[in-house]
Amino acid sequence: MTTTKPAATATPTASEFALERAIGPTIRARALISAVPFSARYDLDRVNGIVSRVGHPLQGSRIADRLFIAPGVQGGVAGGWALLAMAKAGVGFAGLILGDTNPVMVQGAVTAGIPIAAGFAPELIESVRTGDLIELDPQNRVLRILERARAE
Amino acid sequence: MILTLEEQRMLDAGGAVAAALNEQLLVGTFFGATRFVEISNAHFTGDPEVFGTAGRDYLKQLVDAGGRCRVSTTRNAVCVDLEAMDELAQSPQLAADELQVRRLLASLGAMAVNTCIGYQTVYQPRPGEHVAWGDTGTVAYANSVLGARTNYEAGSASLLAGITGRTPAYGFHLDEHRAARYLVRVEAELTDPAHWGAVGALVGQRHRGYDNVAAIEVTSESNPDSDDLKHLSAAIASYGSMAMFHLIGFTPEAPTLEAATQGNPLLEISTLTAVDIETFMSHDTVAPSVTVFTAPQLSLFEIARIDSLMKGRRVKPGTAMIVTTNRMVGEESARLGYASRLRAAGVKIIHDTCWYLMDPAGQRREFGWVTLTTNSAKLANIVRAHGYEPSVRTTAECIAVSTEEYDS
Repeated sequence: MTTTKPAATATPTASEFALERAIGPTIRARALISAVPFSARYDLDRVNGIVSRVGHPLQGSRIADRLFIAPGVQGGVAGGWALLAMAKAGVGFAGLILGDTNPVMVQGAVTAGIPIAAGFAPELIESVRTGDLIELDPQNRVLRILERARAE
Repeated sequence: MILTLEEQRMLDAGGAVAAALNEQLLVGTFFGATRFVEISNAHFTGDPEVFGTAGRDYLKQLVDAGGRCRVSTTRNAVCVDLEAMDELAQSPQLAADELQVRRLLASLGAMAVNTCIGYQTVYQPRPGEHVAWGDTGTVAYANSVLGARTNYEAGSASLLAGITGRTPAYGFHLDEHRAARYLVRVEAELTDPAHWGAVGALVGQRHRGYDNVAAIEVTSESNPDSDDLKHLSAAIASYGSMAMFHLIGFTPEAPTLEAATQGNPLLEISTLTAVDIETFMSHDTVAPSVTVFTAPQLSLFEIARIDSLMKGRRVKPGTAMIVTTNRMVGEESARLGYASRLRAAGVKIIHDTCWYLMDPAGQRREFGWVTLTTNSAKLANIVRAHGYEPSVRTTAECIAVSTEEYDS
């Protein structure tokens, strides 16, 4: 779905992390990491695909074509529609990788046609950094770091 | 997943029913379901505010592909009251879009009853009955209070379940996921829906997580009715994303603590004191910008109680008071005289919506509202994100703080 060409100066890695559950197509995209649970309804400007909640650690970040990683989810059923609306507008996530999830996000991701995974060891969210090129492979329930983001 | 002959025929038939079942197969596979369960009805959340043009197009695709609900399918509260457009600065565009959505839902055979209290006014499933409900508070009520079985069926999922008449068998459809693993003892007398909402909020904060089921034990003085349990359900879902609880001695799968846990060991036992409940509530006497009774919509009994509490009083100048309910309760409130008396006392009565769906931030800007009081713990949780300073009070205190005596 979304493939980002590695930068010439990147440092390749072969780090892999197991995922408990996953569904959807295999994709490669840049990671966007949230340290706090995710709410599709209250964290996002759903029209422009920007993290808009005041005080959110990622406030102002664009989510388009990012593989979003968060420790969990919150919020109600409206989140399911939000993923479809953003996908159709071309401003949505490439995929979701969540520590804990609930049916809302899974049903929403399936309707939006994006992959979703849930359940990972704490090392994953400690190791992957925003901007890293990663691959989500739902069939094998694996997340791979393909290249590290260059340090600013 | 293992499919029955009927399910295989649905896939072979193509069109909307095959598309719907294919989406459900992916969700079921994610959660490790091995089969579907047949449902008796579905309850769907979707309106122009929540799904925009993408959702409307999605419905149109289902219609064009021959989609039709095969079990009774109702719709949740929506973002607009088409018959009260001037009351709360509602968007004409949303109203126009909502009319299109209603036509599409009618084509699919779904009932636009626009209520989040269908279990009080439309249909109550029996214990053990499988349903597919798409509103978090109604799901918690169905699983906990009625003993019915449903997961959160979000976005399109409940509508797809209505079209296929089934849903993947995982989560709260299965016995083993309904056992309580946490016990919360409430050492306070609970006398108002606001108190029960406070318990839901505090238990939800303490045991947040969709898979977490808590058993709640209350004192013998606390004797909840359907409206109390409605607020408990809405709050535990709102604050904790939880889909089920047990109330020992009251809910059908919890005649005893041992029954609620299914014999499993408890992971944690904790207490909520009267101080915890009172700390959650507000007690000052400053009139708010707006007092809102909503989230969930009010039952006929709740409206009758507010009518009684408002006797000889009217809403203070500088304060607004709003009540939301569904059309069925609204019709009876009008017939019984409650609605006309409340309107004469300055109360706005809005139908089809739950107020927080009606662009609360836009209303705050339009009317200059800052503070909000309510007896709904769920509403207080939501409106912070819309820029309000909320406070939770008992129903009587909400009215006392925002009205004045009036000799009519």
